[in-house]
Amino acid sequence: MIAEYGLLALIMGLVSAVALTFIPLWGAWRGNIAAMHSARPLALSLFVFCALSFALLCVSFLNDDFSLVVVASNSNSMLPSFYKFSAVWGNHEGSMLLWILVLAGWTLAVAVFSADLPVKLMARVLAVMGLVGIGFISFSIFTSNPFARHLPNAPLDGQDLNPLLQDPGLIIHPPLLYMGYVGFSVAFAFAIAALMGGRLDAAWARWSRPWTNVAWGFLTLGIMLGSWWAYYELGWGGWWFWDPVENASFMPWLAGTALVHSLAVTEKRGVFKSWTVLLAIATFSLSLLGTFLVRSGVLTSVHAFASDPDRGMFILAFLLVVVGGSLVLFALRAPAVDSDIRYGWLSRETLLLFNNVVFLVATVTVLFGTLFPLLMDALGQGKYSVGPPYFNAVFVPLMAVLVPVMGIGPFTRWKSDDPKRWHKILIQGVIVCALAAGILPWLGGEFNIWVALSLLLAFWIVAGLVADLRLKAEGRSTIWHVVKRQTPSYWGMVVAHLGFAMCVISVVVVTQWNVERDLRMAPGDTAELAGYRFEFHGSSGVQGPNYLADEGVVTVYRRDTRVAELRPQKRQYKASGQVMTEAAIDAGLWRDLYVAMGESIGTDGAWAIRLHYKPMVRWMWIGATLIGFGAFVTVFDRRYRKVKVSAPQGVLARA
Amino acid sequence: MRRLFLFVPLVLFSSLAWFLFRGLSLDPKELPSALIGKAMPTFTATTLSGKAMVDESLFEGEPRLLNVWGTWCPTCVAEHPYLMRLAEQGVKIVGLNYKDDDSKALAWLARLGDPYELVIKDPEGMIGLDLGVYGAPETYVIDAKGIVRYRHVGEVNERTWNGPLGEAYRALVP
Amino acid sequence: MAMHPKRRKRLFVVLAVVVFSSIGIGLVVNGLSGNINLFYPPADVVAGKAPVDRQIRVGGMVVDGSVERSDSSLEVRFAVTDYAGTVPVVYSGILPDLFDEGQGVVAAGQLNEQGVFVAHEVLAKHDENYMPPEVAEALESAGKKL
Repeated sequence: MIAEYGLLALIMGLVSAVALTFIPLWGAWRGNIAAMHSARPLALSLFVFCALSFALLCVSFLNDDFSLVVVASNSNSMLPSFYKFSAVWGNHEGSMLLWILVLAGWTLAVAVFSADLPVKLMARVLAVMGLVGIGFISFSIFTSNPFARHLPNAPLDGQDLNPLLQDPGLIIHPPLLYMGYVGFSVAFAFAIAALMGGRLDAAWARWSRPWTNVAWGFLTLGIMLGSWWAYYELGWGGWWFWDPVENASFMPWLAGTALVHSLAVTEKRGVFKSWTVLLAIATFSLSLLGTFLVRSGVLTSVHAFASDPDRGMFILAFLLVVVGGSLVLFALRAPAVDSDIRYGWLSRETLLLFNNVVFLVATVTVLFGTLFPLLMDALGQGKYSVGPPYFNAVFVPLMAVLVPVMGIGPFTRWKSDDPKRWHKILIQGVIVCALAAGILPWLGGEFNIWVALSLLLAFWIVAGLVADLRLKAEGRSTIWHVVKRQTPSYWGMVVAHLGFAMCVISVVVVTQWNVERDLRMAPGDTAELAGYRFEFHGSSGVQGPNYLADEGVVTVYRRDTRVAELRPQKRQYKASGQVMTEAAIDAGLWRDLYVAMGESIGTDGAWAIRLHYKPMVRWMWIGATLIGFGAFVTVFDRRYRKVKVSAPQGVLARA
Repeated sequence: MRRLFLFVPLVLFSSLAWFLFRGLSLDPKELPSALIGKAMPTFTATTLSGKAMVDESLFEGEPRLLNVWGTWCPTCVAEHPYLMRLAEQGVKIVGLNYKDDDSKALAWLARLGDPYELVIKDPEGMIGLDLGVYGAPETYVIDAKGIVRYRHVGEVNERTWNGPLGEAYRALVP
Repeated sequence: MAMHPKRRKRLFVVLAVVVFSSIGIGLVVNGLSGNINLFYPPADVVAGKAPVDRQIRVGGMVVDGSVERSDSSLEVRFAVTDYAGTVPVVYSGILPDLFDEGQGVVAAGQLNEQGVFVAHEVLAKHDENYMPPEVAEALESAGKKL
């Protein structure tokens, strides 16, 4: 009966979402205070029912209720219980339910932290979130019911969770990703509510900013974990593949990055209002589009056996209502007049506009590359694929033009700035950067122009942040004095930019200096790679909880000291019979050594072995973590807690 | 005038949505057969039960379905119960056992039931080649004169039977 | 210039949009040229429709019993079929875990004069949600389900 209660809870969730959409909206329209105030309890009810439904699905997984279709196809009685738990979202239906839970969670969070909001705005924001909820809950109930049963013949055991998903990284990757994806619905809801109310001002930007930053931070962490997971789990050491599923999460991130920056301008200066609203709509629309691409099967698997075209139609219809509707609203209500607020050629506004344009172009090119195969297919031009070279060729130059501007952004003044103010400090910075970029690559053994350039760019970002502190310290006794006075939102920016600099270095260094060899190794064979000697000692059988494996032993020496002993595995999972490579990695801040086994060759115990030397690959994930962390730090800014209702006038007066 | 610019995102989105819609309705399974509107290719073969020799004339007299299947094909298992239902409703189905092993095929029919009027053996896939079979399952609608009317690639189920496949068949039955 | 500041700003915005969209389009065109691979089903390759010595992709099912591994190197030979044509493939390297006889694969590489497809990359289904569409199609044509 548990599953039936789960479905019932989900239906109650749908009822709550419908009520949450229409009652407060009606209230805001007719000025009915009671109806508007019903938004908060309804948000709570939405959350409670969705959480209950999700909990009951978890219980069904933990209890091995194989009469449920999702449990039978994605779990197995031999599966360790934490993987049974993560198997809940290791499949389409369950992950949809997780998506819904996260949405309900964000809705509740908005309800809880909206005490300072004008009641009409609060009612509208929550109603828009409710509308999104209606879409996804009905999608789940009508096209992908997680509680569907195998009747009358329930299987005795399940088909097991895909072994690739039996991994700790995958327990937290989807929840984080969804926190990001779905979190953008808050920025979206604020944008729509502001358009409805016709009040698009700095206060609106201030209210949606912390929400956007947090969502963007979660998305950053989610993408980072996905990349890390792919690196150690897929067994061939790649960390980004530009495949449609990754692009589906990357596009909202790119648009979200533009949004985070453009919100700053709108909050501080009251300009770019329409643009910011449009970005908020676009970011969430890209989240929805990502969902559509991943789940409809248009790109991922054009076959109709596994994916149901009804699902695609449903999401497309939903996309049309939500995105089409909000763009119509935007076209009708967004302010079309130029604001009177002026800014100069060299001003933080202009530089952030540049940031926005770069990220927008990046989003569009990634979108184009992702949809190109579909486009050609729709036009009857044949079946194309667009590979990583396209994305690299487009993406790398864009980031390269972004970074120089990113360096001077933090210390350039709003309104207008004069380079004379900082050119001296900047020249010092350039000299330091150039020296460092010229010298440091030699540490890697040989000079590499791309590594040098990436270092130059990365140090340039750092130099900009240092220059900012120095400029702030001018005329004051100590730099410490300045450091103490900075706000959390400033430090968040600093941390995130430093993280980005780390990513730049890492991506270039690992691409340029990565060494990779596939070779046949018999027991006793050795191979040299990037100054390390790998010795293969043969393999033996080991047994895991739900798999059998061949485990190889490889010891690694540098000169004559033993660095590591690595034990890569080739696993065969008992329930599904699937074979999986478990790479062994000796991780380090400066380099990873990565060993994976291919298949056994011949009769002398030899294996196909893949050896990798990956310099500074960790910096990428550390950097991305810093970016996400920086985004969270900004939220602790005091000004988000004390929202003055008079803010818009204040801003206009300052302008 | 300026407001018109604000419609640009909407226009862009609409064209994108149109492509997505096209993408959804693209059916990769649409493999038009060169045989549509033509007579069944000539063949002679034995039936699976091994008793009789049959040729293309067996399709004359009544509209029939020709279902290409094999025990190696999981989707064939999936569609089998639905074929049984169709057979119960009086739909005449001829099976083409494609690139398969006789004993396995007989065991399968004994186990899952036999919806077929008769099953033609095509162990080498020669008849399949003449028909232009890509794989299994495939189902052809053949009219009372032995003319191929429709070709369906993939599973036969409630949905596909309510779609063009079933329509093509029902059009032939008075 | 005696331009109104507001008008000048507008000109700047228009210029920026033009410049950036041209840069964007330039990058896209440059990125696309040579970086997109057309997919050919084995039937087309056998029929001589696929170009020789050009980057293409071929996909279908790995023919049962066709996989031959070398004992002394990483070279693997196998045949890919869509049941309407069969192409021999040679690949040197480590195959993905999900590669197996009777399973769908997509190989990227070049067709040589002898009609052998020299692959530099072999892909099999790689996660829960994603599989190269052509594999799906190859599977589908063969009526197989993963």
